[in-house]
Amino acid sequence: MRQYIIRRVLLMIPTLLGASILIFFVFALTPGDFVDTNLKLTPQRAQELRVLYGLDKPIIERYFIWIGNVLRGDFGFSFKYQEPVSDVIKHYLWNSFLIAFVSSILTWCIAVAVGVFSAIKRYSWFDTLVTLGVFAAMSFPSFFIGLLLIKYFALDWKVFPVGGMTTTGSELAGFGHWVDVAKHMFLPVLVLTMLSVGTLTRYFRTNMLEVIRQDFVRTARAKGLKEKVVVYKHALRNALLPAITLLGFELPALFGGAIITEKIFNWPGIGRIHMEALAFRDYPLLMGLTMLLAILTVVGNLIADVLYGVADPRVRLK
Amino acid sequence: MSNTLVEFKHVHTHFDTDEGIFKAVNDVSFRIKEGETVGVIGESGCGKSVTALSLMQLVTAPGKINDGEIWFDGRNLLGLTRDQMRQLRGHEIGMIFQEPMSSLNPVLTVGEQIVEPLQEHLLLTKKEAWAKAVEWIKKVGIPRPEKIAKSYPHELSGGMLQRIMIAIALCCNPKLLIADEPTTALDVTIQAQVLDLLRQLKGELGMAIMLITHDLGVVAEMADYVVVMYAGQVIEEAPVLELFREPKHPYTQGLLRSKPVMGQRQKRLYSIPGQVPNLAQLGESCHFHERCASCMEICRTKQPPLRTDGDTHKVACWLYEEGFGHEQA
Repeated sequence: MRQYIIRRVLLMIPTLLGASILIFFVFALTPGDFVDTNLKLTPQRAQELRVLYGLDKPIIERYFIWIGNVLRGDFGFSFKYQEPVSDVIKHYLWNSFLIAFVSSILTWCIAVAVGVFSAIKRYSWFDTLVTLGVFAAMSFPSFFIGLLLIKYFALDWKVFPVGGMTTTGSELAGFGHWVDVAKHMFLPVLVLTMLSVGTLTRYFRTNMLEVIRQDFVRTARAKGLKEKVVVYKHALRNALLPAITLLGFELPALFGGAIITEKIFNWPGIGRIHMEALAFRDYPLLMGLTMLLAILTVVGNLIADVLYGVADPRVRLK
Repeated sequence: MSNTLVEFKHVHTHFDTDEGIFKAVNDVSFRIKEGETVGVIGESGCGKSVTALSLMQLVTAPGKINDGEIWFDGRNLLGLTRDQMRQLRGHEIGMIFQEPMSSLNPVLTVGEQIVEPLQEHLLLTKKEAWAKAVEWIKKVGIPRPEKIAKSYPHELSGGMLQRIMIAIALCCNPKLLIADEPTTALDVTIQAQVLDLLRQLKGELGMAIMLITHDLGVVAEMADYVVVMYAGQVIEEAPVLELFREPKHPYTQGLLRSKPVMGQRQKRLYSIPGQVPNLAQLGESCHFHERCASCMEICRTKQPPLRTDGDTHKVACWLYEEGFGHEQA
């Protein structure tokens, strides 16, 4: 097992190098740069800025400068925020993580419970209702649900704040601060959960239906085990196994930020700065963010593979 | 004469599908006595397995037991509550299946899977149950039982897994073991070993066995009594020697003729012409009439009743019905 993990970690190096090349050249070869966004600059001044930022050097050389710095943990300097990229990311990362994490936990719990239940009670009115509900929730675009929720919850009924992460000007600390944040979190988390719960519910329902007609479930029943044990111990465990792969993809999603939802709710997260960085052509920041996602994806996959080995004896390595 | 353990009385199990109602078990009645091995034989799809699953009440939707009674040890199983039935399964009735490879849960150790019924029915503690499970693994003839108990199904061979299934089915000392094609998925040498094991355990524990198979050799070797099924119905039943010596129903005769005999070289092995009829489109005729060499006028219009012919032999065929048969047989 240890050898397997070491081998997998070593394999990550060429994968990430490949990703870095792609990421760098996609951004570097795109016509236009940060200097171009300011139309007031004289050509002379623009050229000075390019030299200052190292944008005048040949592209290959620029890649090696960038990757050299990245390897030392330096992702460059954000044009827009006038801060090191790693500081900008650090500043917003955990905000995104907060809503993504809460919504992921909610999504998974709801999806497992509802998916399993509607598989057991297949074609019942509950199953039909749930199917209709999750498809409805999935089909609405996030900006639409987001705005709709803001209209009802924030404007009409005034239960939750319109946006942001804390009440403007509030100086709450400790517990009060967290209650304030929780209030602000409610709507974005609701939107994120509604959007993702459908797919996962259908996924678990299908898996469960698949497993429940397997021979070993019949054996469990033939042993006279309680229906609860048959479903939760024998069937559910097998139905959850393939979901581990999905769990690996959750990692980049947790830190990647939700671009549209964060924008709508004015949540100070990675998704929002991603959007702004795009608008301002803040390439160092964009490259840093994309690289971060690449790293998280690769790490997420590794974790999924290792977890799979832990959960499924058939792939467990001796 | 020993007591009746199981009695099927006019059991009907139907599958209501889009293509019509499949009468998988259509008015089946027969008995299994205590300590007796009853072989249920017939082609694939004749309702053997569904009969066994009806007894266990494990018929899956859209299948449903529509009518009849199934008596087990003085109780009508169809009148029991779900929980009473559950307590019977794995405790008084054990069952083993055709595919040992897929019949065990891949993510639990085999020891764990033997422990479950022991804890559920005999109320043993985890430790006692584990000790008993190890003992059972040894009993079914697997060496190094402690180590095997901790292995997962994918680490064992098909023959070993079937032995584990036998241990699971018998560990609570049931009165009846249902063996649904227990050797079909195994290769020939392993088949013989598993049958030997079943016979040996039957000698020790004295349970009755309902042996479902399409292998006449297995029946001849194991069974005391044979029930022949065709298209969801019992068409002949008799003690094993009598059935093999003097099969009456043309279908049974065909079955016996289609078995290869050692040392006898034939150009072509006999097979019964035609196929099992579609169970959703059964008419009023004898279900076998299209394939029967001795088909008469009445066979096309009316079903023959199952009647006793001689002391212990029952057959459902117009050939043996007074006034219809040619008395040639």
